[in-house]
Amino acid sequence: MPVIEVTNLHKRYGDVVAVDDVSFTVEAGEIFGVLGPNGAGKTTTVECVAGLRVPDGGEVSVLGLDPRRDAAGLRERVGVQLQESQLPDRLRVGEALELFASFYRRPADPAKLMTELGLDEKRNTPYKKLSGGQKQRLSIALALVGDPEITILDELTTGLDPQARRVTWELIERIRDRGVTIILVTHFMEEAERLCDRLAVIDRGRVVAVDSPAGLVRRVAPTQRVRFRPSAEVDDRLFTELPEVTTVERTGGQVVVSGSGDVLHAVASVLARNQIVAADLRLEQSTLDDAFVELTGRRITE
Amino acid sequence: MKGNDMRGFGQLLRVETRLYLRDVGTMLATVGLPTLVLVVLGLVPALRRPDPTFDGQTFVSYFAPSLLVVTVAVAGLNVLPTMLATYRERGVLRRLATTPASPAALLAAQLVITLAAIVASAVLLVVVGRLAFGVPLPRHPLGFAAAFVLGTAALLALGLLVAAVARTAKAAQALMAPLFLLIMFFGGVYLPRFLLPDLLVRIGDYTPPGVQALLDSWTGTPPQPLHLAIMTGIAVLAGAGAAKLFRWE
Ligand SMILES: Nc1ncnc2c1ncn2[C@@H]1O[C@H](COP(=O)(O)OP(=O)(O)O)[C@@H](O)[C@H]1O
Ligand SMILES: [Mg+2]
Repeated sequence: MPVIEVTNLHKRYGDVVAVDDVSFTVEAGEIFGVLGPNGAGKTTTVECVAGLRVPDGGEVSVLGLDPRRDAAGLRERVGVQLQESQLPDRLRVGEALELFASFYRRPADPAKLMTELGLDEKRNTPYKKLSGGQKQRLSIALALVGDPEITILDELTTGLDPQARRVTWELIERIRDRGVTIILVTHFMEEAERLCDRLAVIDRGRVVAVDSPAGLVRRVAPTQRVRFRPSAEVDDRLFTELPEVTTVERTGGQVVVSGSGDVLHAVASVLARNQIVAADLRLEQSTLDDAFVELTGRRITE
Repeated sequence: MKGNDMRGFGQLLRVETRLYLRDVGTMLATVGLPTLVLVVLGLVPALRRPDPTFDGQTFVSYFAPSLLVVTVAVAGLNVLPTMLATYRERGVLRRLATTPASPAALLAAQLVITLAAIVASAVLLVVVGRLAFGVPLPRHPLGFAAAFVLGTAALLALGLLVAAVARTAKAAQALMAPLFLLIMFFGGVYLPRFLLPDLLVRIGDYTPPGVQALLDSWTGTPPQPLHLAIMTGIAVLAGAGAAKLFRWE
């Protein structure tokens, strides 16, 4: 049973079409990723799901309800972490959690949440004095303090260092294990690959694919990449003539030959025939990154 | 965005009050500054002597209503709009809108705190003036209360109107600065009004919060109905404009 259904969502700001045509469904208990480059329309999409924006077209259903008409009911059941939302500088961690808890009919225990999110020592620290990672953890705690069935997390780890990012990922997995359905908005491939059960790839306001990370990778023509350092000058054409090869790139002293099928064997034969030795030879398989390039025709940029 | 109910008002008022009291600098500027100026002036003996220029009042008594203008202007035109614009800019109002609490409740809590600060400041000024420098208590208490309430309402409504249209705290302050200077000038804060040309004094009568009505009722004359009516009109118009234009994001 899907808990969220988005059908042909359309939203514009003046002349700018932020969301052109977006459809997807989210199943109970999964981590559903919304992946795409900056400006793709991810935030607008999830803000329509959260009832913060009115769609110009299409349908949104959350837990069987309309986010606009049944806003009051849904606010009790959906926790939201907004991109770029802050708290008053002087508000302390404990105060923030207790205040937000008091808004809900059946809140989670703020003290327990603080412990779970490693904020115990920061209980009396004002918001202003928190580190980026601590602010994000507080933000997650506030999204969970209403004990929601669904939580929407928008660009949770943007701006965090790799260490803090990994800690946050573990947190999100623990939230899922409690049975909360999670919509995770991100533009990090690694994050999507590691956390999401399924994800929607969004580009320029449109969904280009919905699948599991592995499914997406499988879906694109499997790319093989052979990377090596030739012992002597070698002409690109020797490789581009091969039927298996699609592109030849050079980075530094390295040659990167990509294609499908048995690229490694084809390249090795050419090198042997020309008596060239390949140093640092490596074979790389396609990743979600490649899938993204294949689906959208461009690389996601940070 | 929906903001027509008041869920969370009580809790927000409590927490916002705590935050307000924590910001000692702002609190002293709103509540304490006018009384501080009064004390400094009152320490000059010449300003405590009755003077025919002021119908036989002392300068300190004559100037006290202008100090009330300072309170209302700082709290209503500076602190409140900056606060609201900051909350909007930082996404606090939107964040609240995703919870069962209403962002309108936060706005209401801020208004209540601002009013409380203004009243506290006025009481402090009147009491210290009376005890330390013999400034008489307002002689027409009802008229004084009416002039004070309506004048404050007019200025707060103007402040909310600015907060409604300014996108950021910086923009709010930029819009507010000239308005603030005008209000203070016409309220006789920078130059005591007896030094101003007659025309400017007349304009000042109708500039919120209406320093002449405050002075009249303080010295025992009932405030002129026209003065009060103008304040009411400004409060209603600016308030309606603010309600219509206010954005939560
Ligand atoms: N409040 C707004 N007003 C006008 N344009 C906006 C607004 N919010 C977003 N946009 C525009 O809509 C597009 C999609 O933005 P957004 O949904 O924030 O994308 P993402 O979250 O994927 O980065 C962008 O071109 C952005 O500039
Ligand atoms: Mg975004």
